[in-house]
Amino acid sequence: MKLLEVKNLKKYFATKNGLLHAVDGVSLEIKKGETLGLVGESGCGKSTIGRLVIRLLEATEGEILFEGKDLAKLNKEEMRRMRCKMQIIFQDPYASLDPRKNVFESIAEPLRVQKVYSDKKELERHIYELMETVGLAQRLANSYPHELDGGRRQRVGVARAIALDPVFMVLDEPVSALDVSIQAQILNLLQQLQKEFDLTYLFISHDLSVVKHISDRVAVMYLGKLVEVSNYKAIFKDPLHPYTQALLSAVPVPRIDVQREKIILEGDVPSPINPKPGCRFAGRCRYCEEVCKTETPPLREISQDHFVACHFPGNRV
Amino acid sequence: MSQQEKLLEIKNLTVHYATVDGTVRAVENLNLSVDAGQTLGLVGETGAGKTTTVKTIMRILPVPPSIIKNGEILYKGEDLLKKSQKEMRSIRGEKISMIFQDPMTSLNPVLTVGDQIKEAIELHTKVNKRKAFELAGDMLETVGIKRDRANDYPHQFSGGMKQRVVIAMALACNPELLIADEPTTALDVTIQAQVLELMKRLKVQYNTSMIMITHDLGIVAEICDYVAIMYAGEVVEYGTREDVFLRAQHPYTKGLFTCIPDMYSDDNRLIPIRGLMPDPSNLPSGCKFHTRCDYKCERCEKEEPSVVEVSSGHYVKCFFALPQNVASSKVSVKMPV
Ligand SMILES: Nc1ncnc2c1ncn2[C@@H]1O[C@H](COP(=O)(O)OP(=O)(O)OP(=O)(O)O)[C@@H](O)[C@H]1O
Ligand SMILES: Nc1ncnc2c1ncn2[C@@H]1O[C@H](COP(=O)(O)OP(=O)(O)OP(=O)(O)O)[C@@H](O)[C@H]1O
Ligand code: SF4
Ligand SMILES: [Mg+2]
Ligand SMILES: [Mg+2]
Repeated sequence: MKLLEVKNLKKYFATKNGLLHAVDGVSLEIKKGETLGLVGESGCGKSTIGRLVIRLLEATEGEILFEGKDLAKLNKEEMRRMRCKMQIIFQDPYASLDPRKNVFESIAEPLRVQKVYSDKKELERHIYELMETVGLAQRLANSYPHELDGGRRQRVGVARAIALDPVFMVLDEPVSALDVSIQAQILNLLQQLQKEFDLTYLFISHDLSVVKHISDRVAVMYLGKLVEVSNYKAIFKDPLHPYTQALLSAVPVPRIDVQREKIILEGDVPSPINPKPGCRFAGRCRYCEEVCKTETPPLREISQDHFVACHFPGNRV
Repeated sequence: MSQQEKLLEIKNLTVHYATVDGTVRAVENLNLSVDAGQTLGLVGETGAGKTTTVKTIMRILPVPPSIIKNGEILYKGEDLLKKSQKEMRSIRGEKISMIFQDPMTSLNPVLTVGDQIKEAIELHTKVNKRKAFELAGDMLETVGIKRDRANDYPHQFSGGMKQRVVIAMALACNPELLIADEPTTALDVTIQAQVLELMKRLKVQYNTSMIMITHDLGIVAEICDYVAIMYAGEVVEYGTREDVFLRAQHPYTKGLFTCIPDMYSDDNRLIPIRGLMPDPSNLPSGCKFHTRCDYKCERCEKEEPSVVEVSSGHYVKCFFALPQNVASSKVSVKMPV
C-alpha cells in the first residue's frame, strides 16, 4: 500500500542570479513499512524533497498524497494532526535545536506540546529512556546544544523525533555526524523501531553503504532530478545510469581484497540556476551524445521496477 | 626496518589539556612512526586524539590549555619538541605541511587563490614575485584547476575545488611530510575520488610521506601503507595495511570493521561497538577499551595491557593478542621503535 505518493514535484528558489531549480519534476512512491533511500551529492535537492513531502516547505508545483490525501488540501487543524504522524530528523541538529533549551527540555518539548504525559515522573522516565536509547549519558540532561559535540547533538535530534511514535519519518542524514561505532547503534535502532512500529522511512544520505544497508528501494538524484530508482539490489548490482555507476565506483570500500574499476568524473556539479535543457549529467558523462545535450531524458521503466533517466541506459565501457 | 628509513618517530608522547573540568588526557604514551615515502593512516573516532597528535608534531597546539607532558617527536632523528618556534616556522611549510579538515579555515576570503599560493611559496623559497606566481599557477594545474582561475577568490570555487586549492598550498613547497586531517570528509564522493586520486599521484610523483587522518577505513584501504588505530589517546593496533585489514587482533579494530555496512555483502547485520567513547578527563582503569569490550576479563579492568608484537611490525595492545609466529615474536612495551 502506498503511504506517500509524490507527483511531478518542483521547488524553485528565486536567487539574485536567477531561478534555482532545487527540485525539478520528481515523482516517487513510498510503500507503507518500507525505507526509500534517497542518495545524491551535496546540493542535489535531497533535503528540499524531505522538507517538501512533510510540508515544512511549500512546493512550487506538484502533488503530495499522504495516506491518499492531498496534503495541499488539508486545513490547518488537519495538517497539525497530520504533522504528528510525520517527523523529521535534520541534517544539522544544531540549527534545529533551540539554543536556550537543555537536552532534557529539547526532548521534552514534543511530548509537552502534544500533552502525552500528565505525570511529571513518567515524562521524566520516558525522556531518560529516550536519552539512553540514543546513547546520551544522563549527566548531559542539563547540557545546552553549544556544549555538545556534533554527534551528541544529532542524538538529541533522534530522541526528539522518535518521542511521539510517528508513522512516517524523514531521516535527513541522521547518522552522518556520528562516529562509526555509534552510527551502527543508531542504524540498528532505527531498523528495530521500524519493525516494531511499522514505520515508513525516507532515508536521505550521501553515504551509499549506509543507504544500501538500510533501504528497500533506492532513488538516486542528480541536480534536482531523479536519475535512477529501483530496489537496492538492482541499483547496487546493476546500476544503469552513468551517474549511478560513477557514484558507486567512487565509494572507498574498506576491503583490500576487491579490485574495482574507478570511474573518476571530470569537473564539478554544474549550477542548478537556470539549468540548460538536456540531461543534467551530460557535461560529466562519458557516454554523452548530441541528443543528451538537447533533450531531457525522462525517467523510464527499463526493466520491472527499475527506472532510469538516460538516453543510453546500461552503457558500459 | 632500519633506523634511517624512519622519517618521523613519535616516542611515548603524552599530551594533556588543563581545563576547568579537569585534565583531559588527549594523548597517552603514544608511539608511532612514519617511513620515508609511505602513507600512514591514523584512524580513530571523535576525541581519540588524532588532531592533538598531529598538531603536536606541527607544534601548533594552543598553550594553554595544552601541556606536552612527555615524549619525543624525532624528525630525521631530531626532536621537534626541543625546537624553538622560530625553527619550527621554517620546518612548517618547507618540510612538514598540514591540510586541515575545513578548507575555508585555511583560505583567506579576501585574497585570490593564486596570491595565497604565491605567498606560501615566497615565505619558504627565494624566488621573485613573477616566478612565485608562475609556480602557483603550476600548482593549481597539478591539482586539476586551470591556471587562469588563479585570480579568482575562494568563494568562487566549489567545496572540492577549495580543498584542492588547500592541497596545492600545502604542496607548494614540496614538503617531505604531508599531514592531512580528514582532507576529504567535507567532500562529495565523486569529488573525494578526484582528491584521493590526486593524492595518490602526488605520492608517486614527489615521494611525499603522508599522515592521513580519517575515520573511514575505505580511504585507508585505498591509500595507506600503514595503519594506526587510535582509541582514547592511545594506539591500540599498528601494522601494515594487510596486518590491519586481514589479521586485525584488537577487539576495537575488529569492532570497527563489523560496525560499518559492507557494500559488497548482502548480510544485513551491523554489530555495533556497545557503549560510548570514554570521557578523556575520566578514563577507565586498566585497558581503556574494557568498558566496551566483549572479551574483557578481570585483568583488563585492573591492569593496563602491554603492547605485543604479534608478527614483525604488527603491534597490538591487548591481553589476548596472539603472536602469530611464536619464534619471531617478542613482547615489547613500546609501539614500533
Ligand atoms: N531557501 C533556499 N533558498 C535558495 N536556495 C536554496 C534554499 N534551500 C536550498 N537551496 C538550494 O537548493 C539546492 C538543493 O539544496 P538541498 O539542501 O536540498 O540539497 P541537499 O541534496 O540536501 O544537499 P546536502 O547533501 O548538502 O545536504 C541547493 O543548490 C541549495 O543551495
Ligand atoms: N583546546 C582544547 N581544550 C581542551 N580539550 C581539548 C582541546 N582540544 C581538544 N581537546 C580534547 O582532547 C581530546 C582529543 O581531541 P582531538 O581533537 O585530538 O581528537 P580527534 O581524534 O582529532 O577527534 P575528531 O575526530 O573529533 O577530530 C578530546 O576529548 C577533545 O575534547
Ligand atoms: S543521458 Fe546521456 S549524458 Fe545523461 S547520463 Fe545518459 S548518456 Fe550520460
Ligand atoms: Mg541536505
Ligand atoms: Mg580531529
